[in-house]
Amino acid sequence: MKILVTCKRVPNPEHKLKFGGGKIDLASASWQLNTFDEYAVETALRLTEAGKGGARSGEVVALSIGPKDVQQQLRGVLAMGADRAILVGGDDGALDAWAVARIVKAVVEREKPDLVVLGKQAVDGDSNQVGQILAGLLGWPQATFLASMRLAADGKSATVTREVDAGVEEKRVRLPAVVTVDLRIIGKKAVRAEGLAGADAEWDESPRYASLKGIMAAKKKEIKDVTLAELGVDAAPTMKVNAYEAPPQRQAGVKVASVEELVAKLHNEAKVI
Amino acid sequence: MGAVLVFCESDDKGVRSASLPALSAGAALAKLTGGDLAAVVIGKGVAAAAADAAKYAKRVLVYDDAKLEAPLAETWAPQLADAVKRAGASALLGTASSTGKDILPRAAALLGAGMASDITAVLAANRFKRPAYAGNAIEEIEVGGSVVVASVRQTAFPPAAAGAAGAVENVAVGAVDALGAELVALHATQKSARPDLGEAKVVVSGGRGMREGKNFAVLEELTDLLGGALGASRAACDAGMVPNDLQVGQTGRVVAPQLYIAVAISGAIQHLAGMKGSKVIVAINKNPDEPIFQVADYGLVDTWEKAIPALIAEVNKLKG
Repeated sequence: MKILVTCKRVPNPEHKLKFGGGKIDLASASWQLNTFDEYAVETALRLTEAGKGGARSGEVVALSIGPKDVQQQLRGVLAMGADRAILVGGDDGALDAWAVARIVKAVVEREKPDLVVLGKQAVDGDSNQVGQILAGLLGWPQATFLASMRLAADGKSATVTREVDAGVEEKRVRLPAVVTVDLRIIGKKAVRAEGLAGADAEWDESPRYASLKGIMAAKKKEIKDVTLAELGVDAAPTMKVNAYEAPPQRQAGVKVASVEELVAKLHNEAKVI
Repeated sequence: MGAVLVFCESDDKGVRSASLPALSAGAALAKLTGGDLAAVVIGKGVAAAAADAAKYAKRVLVYDDAKLEAPLAETWAPQLADAVKRAGASALLGTASSTGKDILPRAAALLGAGMASDITAVLAANRFKRPAYAGNAIEEIEVGGSVVVASVRQTAFPPAAAGAAGAVENVAVGAVDALGAELVALHATQKSARPDLGEAKVVVSGGRGMREGKNFAVLEELTDLLGGALGASRAACDAGMVPNDLQVGQTGRVVAPQLYIAVAISGAIQHLAGMKGSKVIVAINKNPDEPIFQVADYGLVDTWEKAIPALIAEVNKLKG
């Protein structure tokens, strides 16, 4: 089983955004791996493991697009346990979902993975498009917003559960396929490869931390630099952001002293009850 | 300018109410571009929904086929792409529901069209506003190409009003290839009499501070008294207190009710992203320093154990 997992760096979502001249100033941003992509890496690793710390089978290849600095996030992913990484050089801030999907497609055609795992969205752009566009371009089945995933023993299909508005949907897809993961995917028993891990196999309820051994091993793992020209991809975006602005700020209101005062205000002042 | 085509999700009764805001966003776009408003309905046995859609759009394209019963992106996205071509549409819109978010980008891929996610305002034929960075930035975006696909934030547009008398057109469905994908089952959340989170006028949400799932009972009582929907923070969902489909936030549902009551919720950025658009926000939390109070119109510093039963009694008194 060969799994390609996408890894986008995002500015730390806890930091306050700085706006200026219709742009977001990211000059002093501290970057980290997109949370959902971290979950995607965890998913991919579990699919190659017999259980927590158990024997491994298969290969996990991490892919990112961006400047050299992104090596830092990729080293982190290699330290978690991914086998190797590919860094496509480019200006990650200038790409849209279409450009990213085209680049990932070109890498898929080179690497021929059985499965592509992505986070369901990046927490900066919040677009939630790349996995679906990629699947459409490849003509592969897709399973989005996964809460769990079970890979069949023969490696030819996967049965998943998806978080949907009406509840939970169970879907089966033939491989190769594109999947995108949601928060529940890191549940202790949310992911396993049936041929590899027994029904009782479980992992920690979080993406794994890199161990010291993992960090040492990651230094020797390959991060292959690839250019857009080598991939033969046109990375021109279809969508551009003309301007960013801060959302209207809500003013903090008043503190009320009692439930009686609260209900009186909701009834007489706000007129909502 | 071409037509504006709106993807209408449906159930046995008709067009799902979640799709009505997409129809009104579509009408706004059609007005700007001078194009006609068209709708597309997909599924098996969707005649009632098609007739319903005709109350909102001039033309309704219907893809009614047994092979389209399950809402699979693999089989539905090609119908959407076909409908865009058939309608001569320059825009395809749909609500950013879990179905819309799954299928619309795939349709965009098949059409070679750019896509805007989760739009909150229509500025021009290919210019929109949308939130990014968990709602901490508003983008004005421009989508290139001859066809634009957009998913519509349900809470940002009013439900469309019925009034049109459109023509329903059944399209002969061609070969359907699910690419080896199949819907195994839908485990629907227990149906309740409560309104959908996205449409409720009142939402009562509980957070980590509720500690246990059984403690939500008192919130449910308040919710039902106010005729609202129950929500929860990601922390409460992650802790398994309530099902994940109650989650309000950047990665859950986005709500904008008249009244949002946040109980024992700290107010993490990703939660605020899902409820900041509410008209009136009430925060009830025992810790006065929680960030939720910075966005609340009315804050009450108290434990939920004391405040919620008192609130229920007071509302009952008001209702006489």
